[in-house]
Amino acid sequence: MFRRQAGRYVATFAVDEVRVLRKVASEVVGLLTDGFDHTDPVVGRLFPAVYPEDAAGSAEFRRYTEGDLKTAKIDQAGAILAALPDEAGGEVRLDAEAAEAWLRALNDARLAMGVRLEIKDGTDLGEELDDAVAEDPASSRVFQLSVYAYLGYLQESLLNALID
Amino acid sequence: MGGMAAPQVAPVETPDTHEVPASERQWVTIVWDDPVNLMTYVTWVFQKLFGYSRERAEQLMLDVHHKGRAVVSTGARERMEHDASQLHAYGLWATVDRS
Repeated sequence: MFRRQAGRYVATFAVDEVRVLRKVASEVVGLLTDGFDHTDPVVGRLFPAVYPEDAAGSAEFRRYTEGDLKTAKIDQAGAILAALPDEAGGEVRLDAEAAEAWLRALNDARLAMGVRLEIKDGTDLGEELDDAVAEDPASSRVFQLSVYAYLGYLQESLLNALID
Repeated sequence: MGGMAAPQVAPVETPDTHEVPASERQWVTIVWDDPVNLMTYVTWVFQKLFGYSRERAEQLMLDVHHKGRAVVSTGARERMEHDASQLHAYGLWATVDRS
C-alpha cells in the first residue's frame, strides 16, 4: 500500500496486483473508447445527467462537456497503466499529479465495478463475499468483489498518504 | 444510514422569484449520495475543487451521506455547470438546479 517518501507516493505491487490493476484500467479505457454506449448504466454513472428533470438541457450540457470529460477519464486510467511495472511486480512511484490521477482513475474503476456488482447503500462487502464464496468459490463474482474491495483499500491508502 | 446513492428526491423547490430576472437568479450545484465513493475521498474532492476548509468539506460530505444530497456551490448557471463537470471528472454524482 502507498506511503509517502521524499515527496513521492510509493507502493510495491506483487505480480498479481499489477495484472489486476492493468486489467481494470484497460477495462475503463475500453468502456470509454470502443465500448462507449450511453445506454450502459456504467456510462450513465460516470457521465451523470446534469439536469435530472430536463433531458434537453442535460443533452446540451453533454454536447459541450462530454468529449473533455471522456478524455480526462481516459488520461487518468492511462496514468495507472503508465506507472505500472511491465510484467513482474515492482515499485510504483508517483508524483503529486500522477497520484491524483490515480485517485480519480481508481474511483472510476470502483464506480464501474460498483454498478456491475450492484453495490447498494448499506451493502456489506464481507457478507457479499461470504455469500458468493458459499455459492461458488471459483465464480467471477468472488473475483470481482475481491478486486472491488482491493481497489477501495488501495484508493484509501493513496488518499491517506496524500493527506498526511 | 446513507451510502452514496442515486438521486431519489425531487429537485430543490423553486423559490418565489417574482421581480428577479431569470438571468440573475442563483443556481446551485448539488452532490448526491452514492454507495461507492469513499467518505474520505468525497471530503478531499470538496477541499481540492472548492478550497473549502477540512471542517467545511467534512460537514458537506456528512450532509451528502446522511441527507442524501448537499448544495456544494452557489452562483451563476454557467459557473455551476463548470463545477458539476469538474465533480464528474472526480466521479462524484453532481447535478445543477435553481436555488
